[in-house]
Amino acid sequence: MAEPEPILRMSGIGKQFPGVRALDGVDLRLLPGEVHALMGENGAGKSTLIKVLTGVHPCDEGTVELAGREVAFAGPLEAQQAGISTVYQEVNLCANLSVAENIFIGREPRRRGRIDFRRMRTRAAELLARLELDVDVAAPLSSCSLAIQQMVAIARAIDVDARVLILDEPTSSLDAGEVEQLFRVMRRLKEEGIAILFVSHFLDQIYEISDRMTILRNGRLVGEYRTSELSQVELVAKMIGKELADLERLHGEARVFDRPLVEARGLGRAGAVEPFSLTIHEGEVVGLAGLLGSGRTEIARLLFGADHATTGEVTVGGTAVSLRTPRTAMAHDIAFCSENRKQDGLIPDLTVRENIILALQATRGWTRPVPREQQDELVGRYVKALRISPPNPDHLVRDLSGGNQQKVLLARWLILEPKLLILDEPTRGIDVGAKTEIQRLVAELSDGGMAVLFISAELEEVLRLSHRVGVLRDRRLVADLPNDDALTTDVLLETIASGGRA
Amino acid sequence: MTPPAMTSGRGALRAVPARYVPVLVTACLFVAMFVAGGVRYEGFAGGQVILNVFVDNAFLLVVAVGMTFVILTGGIDLSVGAVVALSTMISASLMAGPGWPPYLVIPLVLLIGSTLGLVMGYIVHAFDIQPFIVTLAGMFLARGLCYTIGTESIPIEDPTFTAFAQTRIDLFADLWISPSVIVAALAVLAAAYVLHYTRLGRTVYATGGSEQSALLMGLPVGRTKIAVYTISGFCSALGGVLLSFYMLSGYGLHAVGMELDAIAAVVIGGTLLTGGSGFVFGTVLGVLVLGLIQTVITFEGTLSSWWTKIFIGLLLFVFILLQRLFSARRRP
Repeated sequence: MAEPEPILRMSGIGKQFPGVRALDGVDLRLLPGEVHALMGENGAGKSTLIKVLTGVHPCDEGTVELAGREVAFAGPLEAQQAGISTVYQEVNLCANLSVAENIFIGREPRRRGRIDFRRMRTRAAELLARLELDVDVAAPLSSCSLAIQQMVAIARAIDVDARVLILDEPTSSLDAGEVEQLFRVMRRLKEEGIAILFVSHFLDQIYEISDRMTILRNGRLVGEYRTSELSQVELVAKMIGKELADLERLHGEARVFDRPLVEARGLGRAGAVEPFSLTIHEGEVVGLAGLLGSGRTEIARLLFGADHATTGEVTVGGTAVSLRTPRTAMAHDIAFCSENRKQDGLIPDLTVRENIILALQATRGWTRPVPREQQDELVGRYVKALRISPPNPDHLVRDLSGGNQQKVLLARWLILEPKLLILDEPTRGIDVGAKTEIQRLVAELSDGGMAVLFISAELEEVLRLSHRVGVLRDRRLVADLPNDDALTTDVLLETIASGGRA
Repeated sequence: MTPPAMTSGRGALRAVPARYVPVLVTACLFVAMFVAGGVRYEGFAGGQVILNVFVDNAFLLVVAVGMTFVILTGGIDLSVGAVVALSTMISASLMAGPGWPPYLVIPLVLLIGSTLGLVMGYIVHAFDIQPFIVTLAGMFLARGLCYTIGTESIPIEDPTFTAFAQTRIDLFADLWISPSVIVAALAVLAAAYVLHYTRLGRTVYATGGSEQSALLMGLPVGRTKIAVYTISGFCSALGGVLLSFYMLSGYGLHAVGMELDAIAAVVIGGTLLTGGSGFVFGTVLGVLVLGLIQTVITFEGTLSSWWTKIFIGLLLFVFILLQRLFSARRRP
């Protein structure tokens, strides 16, 4: 089958942000009348690529050709005028205006300087009819469902003779019926010859709607594939980018865990993670595997009380508790080492000692300062145990390397002697040496009876450390697998890809 | 108040769209106050009582109309009272000292007011500074400028001004209004037209609804923000001219706290302080309610005028709570 000429061709795109190479030599081509999926984990460069395309960021290297002509847009408006419209994940419309106004504002039909509301409503109704929608166009947008709002955004986008339509995670807040409605609209636009660039974390949706896909990883192009020729397992492997080697396991012989520490039953939060049940026993390391955005962090936040659960209950040591705030969770000896150590955790301008002592001090209350000798004793012990370097407690945290900063954060929670330690991506962005030390530490802690919920994007790491692995997909806990010899990264990938149906 | 919704609204049977609720509440309040006043006081229930409210508050109405534009974009303008005072001061001094004619003085004053608004709008937009602090600076500046002109009250003796001040335009059945009321009414109609039938007006609503979205939809948000502060400056200057008609003097202590009266009128008129929702007609009702409170207290006779403030305070509490409930319900 002969391919038509691409309407859009991006080649050799490079983008440098301070300290980060966000894109490096990425190619992308869109054919008219196709749905093209842009795949990659968070941080792979999808958003940056879209922003470069629509002129939000200028590109440092490479060229963009639209219908054979080289273009460089100064902003989204210019891109839109050239026929490249974007609909973002968050609906960027004004909910206080009517549906018709939202479609036409900025280019309303006018008669003698006065906005012609009658004509505007007629045209809006026609446009929505083209999308097979029957909506009262005079009603305020706030009265419409999110899906309809999304369609209105699309209607606004295609009113300006769009040739390329970019849909950046349009489905993330829609339910199944609404997604179906959106797909109908997408198929119709496709028939009209519009090229659609579709970004979604939901693999099923990608396979349902897309014709071809481009995969990015760490700002680099992995390749362009026909959706029909790439299995879901291969896709996930390409997104994560690991050779599927099986590594040794850190934890020793299989142990029997019979003393449940934290039990979640039907715990869930609307819009964040579907209700799940998970039991964590004393001394057990439970790993959570899944793609970024699949709900791993959300589970951690629920168990730490950082978010409110909308359904379900949690028991700690057999008694039902209500984890409404992180303070209550801390009172039940649950500690949470967050994913983003710079933003949510460490205070870079304080010393190592001050940072480590912070959580302990918080549990005691500010009126009872931790005595200096006790501080020195505790900090000294953990600096030694975690091999924080330099081993000087009066060093400023910001001068430490990433791995050592992570250890400081770990130490902060460890001196509370929690029963459950939740680690969210504790090894991301740190070097191999520090990584293995943190892994070794986790294994030691669990041998000492501490329960650990271990979240990592790296499947090997999860496999090495965990006694049990929970697999997440599309914000659902789809499988809870014992980590025995039969469990390999292949099996995990398969589970992530298939959603536990295999 | 998009016309489509009005023309397609068939009778009272259909549920009232949510955005009209605050205005209707104010309207009901106004009617209730009027009826209660009519029952309680002799000679209250005539049309002239309401017209007098307009006569005595025409300048406030004009200022509040300008404030409505600003608040609809989600901003605030604290400088209006000071600009009103500055306008009275400039008019009075130019006519008393060099003896300029009114047809030169009035356009000049309007130009000065608009320019002040333009500058504040530009600062708000270009440097992305909170309007609160920018217009606060504008307030001090304008108030201070009044005293560089003179610290005493300057009387206005110009025949055109006095004519404007004393003319009564007779309507039917012994009812009358002042020319200022006509000016204010024209300002209200012009504002309503601009807000509902022009791109500028709809962009004002869009900006107030979600500035980020308006930007991403490619709307001229910056230009609109500058425009609303310019309009507010113009309205303040016009209000200042009307106040000079009313007071026949220029004084640096005129219109102290009027910015707060104007904000109160806009809020009581049902405009959300966060922007994006509200009507000029609501502002008219807000001014009427404020004026009627004063009238009621005058009729009561025994109450000190400070009770006006107390009632306005209580009303504001009620209305901001109402707005809170209202906007909380709209959120999913």
